[in-house]
Amino acid sequence: MLIKTIFSGFGGQGVIMMGYLLATAGMVEGKNVTCLPSYGAEVRGGTANCTVVVSSEEIASPVASEPEYAVLMNNPSLIRFQNQVQSGGTIFLNSSLIEDRPIRGDLEIYEIPLNDLTKQLPENRGANVIMVGAFIKKSGLVSPETMIRVLKNTFGGKNPAVFKLNKSALMLGYEYLK
Amino acid sequence: MRGNHVVGEAAIRAGCRYYFGYPITPQNEIPEYMSEKLPEAEGGVFIQAESEIASIHMVIGASMAGGRVMTSSSGPGISLKQEGISFLCALELPAVIVNMSRGGPGLGNIAPSQSDYFQATRGGGHGDYRTIVFGPNSCQELADLTYEGFNLADKYRTPVLILGDGMLGQMMEPVELPQEIPLKKLPAKDWALTGAKGRPSRFIRSLILDPIKEEEHNWKLMRKYEKIIREEVKWETYFADDAKMMVIAFGIAARIAKGAIKRLREEGVKVGLLRPITLWPFPFKAIKDFSKKVKHFFVFEMNMGQMVEDVKLGIEGNAEVHFYGRPGGVILTPLEIARVISSQYYQKRLG
Repeated sequence: MLIKTIFSGFGGQGVIMMGYLLATAGMVEGKNVTCLPSYGAEVRGGTANCTVVVSSEEIASPVASEPEYAVLMNNPSLIRFQNQVQSGGTIFLNSSLIEDRPIRGDLEIYEIPLNDLTKQLPENRGANVIMVGAFIKKSGLVSPETMIRVLKNTFGGKNPAVFKLNKSALMLGYEYLK
Repeated sequence: MRGNHVVGEAAIRAGCRYYFGYPITPQNEIPEYMSEKLPEAEGGVFIQAESEIASIHMVIGASMAGGRVMTSSSGPGISLKQEGISFLCALELPAVIVNMSRGGPGLGNIAPSQSDYFQATRGGGHGDYRTIVFGPNSCQELADLTYEGFNLADKYRTPVLILGDGMLGQMMEPVELPQEIPLKKLPAKDWALTGAKGRPSRFIRSLILDPIKEEEHNWKLMRKYEKIIREEVKWETYFADDAKMMVIAFGIAARIAKGAIKRLREEGVKVGLLRPITLWPFPFKAIKDFSKKVKHFFVFEMNMGQMVEDVKLGIEGNAEVHFYGRPGGVILTPLEIARVISSQYYQKRLG
């Protein structure tokens, strides 16, 4: 098994955090992982993306030529990555912000209206973690239990309330997709 | 862990207690990490100097006093440190210098590039000198080679350069960190300037006006470098046994090439990989040995062609060398490089 995922969106949408969470959860489950964030003169509002490879074998390249999954948070990301996803691959898109849809017919597409979903959470936050919940439900790359553990390690130390919020965001996304 | 943080942690575990640097992307996470961890460590000192030149000279000072010391920068900053690196070599002082290189020349950009191969292996400083250069390709190797770098620097009393790139510095991978060495267990330095109370005074200097004595000093350095060439060359291969074409790449480019080779092998294309881990001393002999049975070499670098010159020196005209490079910080995908390798492979009628 060697699964490549690209996360992409505006800087500030938590794209790098999504990649970090998936890579860390993969590591906790004893898989090989690499997480390659784009970096540059990116600021809030610019574009950011992150490539995560989760594998049962040694990972040769951290750069993905044809990812199996793309998790897209805004319209420019869809334009940039829709043609890179391999045939039969899957796109998760934030339907609150993305109006276009891929023309390709060989992809599975899941639409998650993140902005509407965040309204169900206190403080109207956590869109990226809702997306992570939806992503792990359909990809099955890591279990939700592992992801909750990772959320606890990542956010629990500083402020337990932040962990609680992220945990409910994760479960909201996980249960949104049937 | 993120590559840059790995460097910091491995250094501290190797007994590094002094860090001097000046910010530059894409290595800023190294000083960030050191500024947090060094003040907590016993005897730890972190200084953000006023310039790269000041920081490398602070490295000289701390090294003279016997400490394990590190600095880090990226291409343009390393250029400024070259004078100090030449002094470190002349004074026979150990230090670890990390270069998370970026697109150049000039200020260039902050994207990952391997444009500093010449700078690292040939040195931009003055005088006859060499530095040990490691070209790690994963976060695990960053940890291991940084740790080993401190040991080699002390063993040979010479600076060790770690040539990474922006991608390696930013990338996150799981890492098994080396065991922390207690400061008391570090080898004693009978040359360090620690105060001459109760012993004869020691001198460390690089100004040797008498040409005969300077020549002697040069020969002494050369004997040291020859010993390093004999004992410290490191390289690895991947699918090399039945390869009809050998790809040679270092650092992160070797990871991308490895992805390409994996693809090509599935299609039955017989390509292998040789990856130099030490860029100086360069694995000339390994390449020469391969050139006896493999007649086609493909060098891939994220620059305009620098290591390819060393490959040609190693092959000594025994085989054909093809070069493919992308400078400027462009990151190729394994698919793209696989296409270039396979077109070369079929042009040469190897399959």
